[in-house]
Order: sequence, then structure tokens, then C-alpha cells
Amino acid sequence: MTQAATAEKKKPTKKTVAKAVNSLDVSDHQATVGKNFADNAKMTMRNVNVFYDDKQAIHDVSVDIAKNEVIAMIGPSGCGKSTFLRSLNRMNDTVDICRVEGQICMDGEDLYSPKLDVVELRARVGMVFQKPNPFPKSIYENVAYGPKIHGLADTRVDLDEIVENSLRKAGLWEEVKERLHQAGTGLSGGQQQRLCIARAIAVSPEVILMDEPCSALDPIATAKIEELIEELSQNFTIAIVTHSMQQAARVSHRTAYFHLGRLIEVNPTEQVFTMPEHQLTEAYITGRFG
Amino acid sequence: MTEPVNNLDKIKKSLSRRNRAEKRFRWYGRLAIFIGLAAVMVLFTDIISKGHGAFRITYIELEVTYDQDRIGVENLTDPEQLANGNWEALPKAALRNEFNDVSGRRDKRKLYGLISSGAGFDLKDRLLANPLLLGETEKVWILADDDIDTYYKSWLDGEPYAARMSAKQLQWIDELHAQGKIRLQFNSNLFTRGDSREPEQAGIRGAVMGSLLTLILTLLLSFPIGVSAAIYLEEFAPRNRWTDFIEVNINNLAAVPSIIFGLLGLAIFINFFHIPRSVPIVGGLVLTLMTLPTIIITSRAAIKSVPPSIREAALGMGASKYQVVLHHVLPLSLPGMLTGAIIGMAQALGESAPLLMIGMVAFIVDIPAGFSDPATVLPVQIFLWADSPERAFIEKTSAAIMVLLSFLIIMNTVAVWLRKRLERRW
Repeated sequence: MTQAATAEKKKPTKKTVAKAVNSLDVSDHQATVGKNFADNAKMTMRNVNVFYDDKQAIHDVSVDIAKNEVIAMIGPSGCGKSTFLRSLNRMNDTVDICRVEGQICMDGEDLYSPKLDVVELRARVGMVFQKPNPFPKSIYENVAYGPKIHGLADTRVDLDEIVENSLRKAGLWEEVKERLHQAGTGLSGGQQQRLCIARAIAVSPEVILMDEPCSALDPIATAKIEELIEELSQNFTIAIVTHSMQQAARVSHRTAYFHLGRLIEVNPTEQVFTMPEHQLTEAYITGRFG
Repeated sequence: MTEPVNNLDKIKKSLSRRNRAEKRFRWYGRLAIFIGLAAVMVLFTDIISKGHGAFRITYIELEVTYDQDRIGVENLTDPEQLANGNWEALPKAALRNEFNDVSGRRDKRKLYGLISSGAGFDLKDRLLANPLLLGETEKVWILADDDIDTYYKSWLDGEPYAARMSAKQLQWIDELHAQGKIRLQFNSNLFTRGDSREPEQAGIRGAVMGSLLTLILTLLLSFPIGVSAAIYLEEFAPRNRWTDFIEVNINNLAAVPSIIFGLLGLAIFINFFHIPRSVPIVGGLVLTLMTLPTIIITSRAAIKSVPPSIREAALGMGASKYQVVLHHVLPLSLPGMLTGAIIGMAQALGESAPLLMIGMVAFIVDIPAGFSDPATVLPVQIFLWADSPERAFIEKTSAAIMVLLSFLIIMNTVAVWLRKRLERRW
């Protein structure tokens, strides 16, 4: 943690920030500052590098995600936080030119081992996307889809129960219980996103990844989702990428700051937003760039 | 920065110019649409004005006696006797009876020329349907010869075309007309009979059946193959030099002149695999080759138009690639694929060139009942009739075109309807 010592020396000015940004190139590697490791880790990432063809999007990221914690990933656009998130459930596999190096484990099991079936992985690590993307089917079918393809419900009654529970957990049940068989795409944006969350939790994943889940929503819908994240964190481990620092501050336990493909700092959220260790983090959260 | 007042002036000045340009452009568009519509109107008016006559045909009423001795048939259930029966004698006798003052070989020939050469067989069918008529006499409307038909229709329209008529014949028709024994009836033969050298007996049933059989085979082969190829290329195949190569080739195939596919079919299916000529199997195979690229290209476009977010959502739920395709991509792209298939089918329906190469241009009287019966198709039938010297085939040709066009219009309407019906919003 030598960087921490240098970082807290002076209040960064525009000049020093520029210098710090410039100093971040591949040849001049800097270690992550803060508490990036956890004792009760659900997922452990070690020396993860992600490449698109020759272009390296993620540089040597090592971090743990603890059980039942909400970890927020923030950083300026193009810093690789979404790329990193998508490598946690191997969604990057769908991109031909994408290559992941390093070790990503869940409960000690290597996610990139050839023995691991990606279908099983994605049942255990659910995902909520930036834009609400319900299937063009009924609300019921949307939630029932996961349990159906994984064969989680033996009877229709079981399935009904799973659907109701998931919708309740997503705080959507009261709003849609009368019209379960209407199109999911007919809901409002915020409702659609909660439907997507209900769909994700219907298969009882262990980890839920959220890729800027509120960026397409209005403030009221956003508030509802944030409330929901807080409730979900009792049962699930959640990794959320967000553009909004306020959101990170409101919902997360720890915050990871990414910059140009590097993980700069991981610390308890309160600390990141009050006394960040790294000058880049401070520069970002105080709005000097981003 | 220039002064804002200047800018405003400049904007105002350019405004009228821009508005004029827009107005001009709108008029270009209207003109283009007008030209297109006018072309369609001219085409339709021409075809309908030439072809509407073919839906009615001239009949002559005669008193027919089913004289057993004259036919030479004793037992109506004996096929050999029926085949050898002198059926022609029935209408001839009826004609002589009607115009009993006609004598001399030449005049009699002209007299017999009033009615269709197939009239005897029509009477045979009538008798077989109702054997009690044997020995009886009844009034029957008998199909007139095509020259009579042509003349009578043109005479009714006020512009008589009598080039192929003798003076006697004109007189007889006048007499028949005066007695109300000649009239136009709906031409059901057009829809129930196969091709014939005699225009009044020729129908499009054979060609329609041939087209139907050929198209069924084309659809059964090209839709599954085309859709599978499109799904594989779009969803499963890795993007590399090979798939690029395949894509370029598929696009090239779509632009290959259709007659080349006919030559290919001739070389492969007929010369190599020895499938008989002129049959819907070969026609279907050749048209499949021709339609495949169209179906693959439209299906790929339909698959591409499924938003990637749906795929991501399903993949994120842990659906396997196959499930993503089966549960989400396929249902969403199906309307587009069906539209493509119908457009491909419509193309195949109107195609004649490749079928000429594989012998579907033969003169075939029998109506095909199966995929291995010799057949021809509607566009080829049109081609054959357009080439025939008899004047009566002119209106028949236009009538066949009208039938073909209505099939095409129906298919395209179904395509639009299907797209509207199955289209889902997301």
C-alpha cells in the first residue's frame, strides 16, 4: 500500500490529476490500494486481464467479492468496469474477440476451467442489464423462463409459487398480479427492470451482477430499484456497475474504483466517498474528471 | 463570432431555398410513384381488356339424339366399346338435323366446323353420367369451335372478325342467333381442363396443378434448408474467412440468372441422377436451388433484426445457445422468414426460364396428379399459348396471366398479413 501514502499527501490540483492520469500507462503498473481482499470471499479474482483482440481492456485486477455484500464498481466511461463485470459470468464468451486471462473463482471453483459448464455458471450468477430487456412474452412467462429451462419446478403449482415469490421479492407482485399474462414489454421502464430482476432471482442465483441497472430509469424508478438492491443483499451477493456515485454511495458496502482498465482502489463505501486513499479516486468523486 | 443579426439574415435567406428544394423533392417522389402506378395500370388494363373474354365461351344449342346404332355401343359399361364408339357422329347428326338443307361434302365440313372437335366426347361424358339418356333426345348446349367463338364475341362487341369464317357459316350463326340458340356461357373448361391444341378445349388446370406440385416441393425443401443455413451462419458459425467466403457466395448465387440453375438441374438431376424430365420433382429441385439464396438472405436479415438484448437476457438466464435460438430468436424472426419464403415462392411461381431447360415446356394434356407425372407450370403455359397461332389463344394467354397475377397478389398479401399478424414489439 505504498501508493496510499503518496496519494494522501496533497490535495490534487488539475495539474497533479493530469499527471497521475498520464502516469497510468501499461509500463508503469500500479497496485490497487485499499481493502480489495475479503475474509469471507464469495468470488475471488486474481490478476485478471481482459483483451479485445490486441487491446487490453482490463489490467491485472485482483479483488474479492464477499458473501452477501453489495460491491459497487465506479469509474469514468470506458474504464472497463462493465467488461470486468461481464467476465464474472462469462458473458464475454459471446464476444468472439474477447479473451480473459487470470483466475476468477466462485467458492474456490475456477469459472474458466474447461470442466465448468457455462449454463450452470449463469444459473448461479444472474445478471441484470443496463437496458430493461424483458422477453416479448407475458410477465409470467418472463419470470418462469429460468425455472423452466433449468427444470426447477416439478409442477405448475411450484412454478406459480416461484413466480409469485420472485415478483414479491422484486417488489412487483402487487402491481402486476392482476395481469400476469399480459406482455412484459407493456410495463413501464422501471417495472420492466424490476421484472428483469425478478426473472434473475427466480432461479435463486448466488450472485447477481447488475450492469448500470438504473441508467435508463427516472429518479423514482431508480429509488425503487435501489431499495430493492438493499433488500436483496440479505440473500444475494450483488456486484453493481454504476455511473452514479450517489447510487454507489447509497446502495453499496464496498466501492471499487476503476480507471483506464485498472482497479485503482477498493474500500468500504463510506471511506471511498469521505477519505479516498488514492488521488485518482478523490479526483473522480469530487468531480474533477469523469 | 459573427454578429447574431447577420446569422439570422443568412438563415432567412437560405430558408426559402431549402423549402423550395424540399418541395421539388416531394414532387419528384410523387412523379416517381405516378409513373410506377401508371405502368401497373397500363399493364393491368391491357391484360384485362385482352383476357376478360376468355372467361366466357360460345355454346350452341342442339337437339341431340343418343342413338345407340349411330354410336355403335351396346353396353355402356364395356370400356372397349366406349373407346371405339363413334361419338363424333352424335353432334354431327344433331347439326344436320338443325340445318337440314345442307348438302355437299364441303358445306357439311363447314357445318361440322361450327362446333368443337371435342363435342362428341363431351356428349359421351354426359351420357355416361346419366345412362338413362341412351336412345333419348335432349337439348344440349354444345361447345362451339374457337373460330366461331372468336367471331361471335367480336360480332357481339360490334367489330366482327370474320377472316376465318365462310359466308355459309356467317349465315348459320345469324340464324342460330335469331333463334337464341347461340350464347356465351361461363368458361369452366378454362379451370377444369389441361392444355389442348384446340383453344376452346384448352384450360390451365394442368399448369396450375404443375405449379402447385412444383411449389410444394420447392417450399418443403428450400424453407427448412434455408432457415437452418441462416440460423447456423448467424448464430453458431464462427466469424472467419470461411464464413465470409460462404456469405459472398450465397449473395452471388442470389444474383445468378435463373436459366443457369436450369442448366445446372439439367446436368445434375437429369443427366447424372437420371430423374425423368418434365416432372415436378426436377422443377422443384431446380427452383429450390434458385430460391435458397433468397430465403437464406431474408432469414439472416430477420435473425439480425432480433435485438441482441433479447439474446443477452436469455444467455444471462443460463439458456444454452440452442435454447436461445429456439425460444427467442426463432419466434421473433419467424415473420421475417415467412415473408422471405413467400416472396421466394412468388418468384419461383413466376419463373419459366430454368424450367424450359429441364423439359417442363412440353405439351402436356393430362393433368398431373403426382410429383413424378409430366407437368408444365403456369408461366410456361403462358409462354406456350403466347406462341400459338390460333387467335383464340390471345385471350387465353391474357387470362392465364390474370390467374398467375392473382396468385402472386394473393401470396404477397398473405406475406404482408403474416408479417403484421406475427410481428411482436419489444
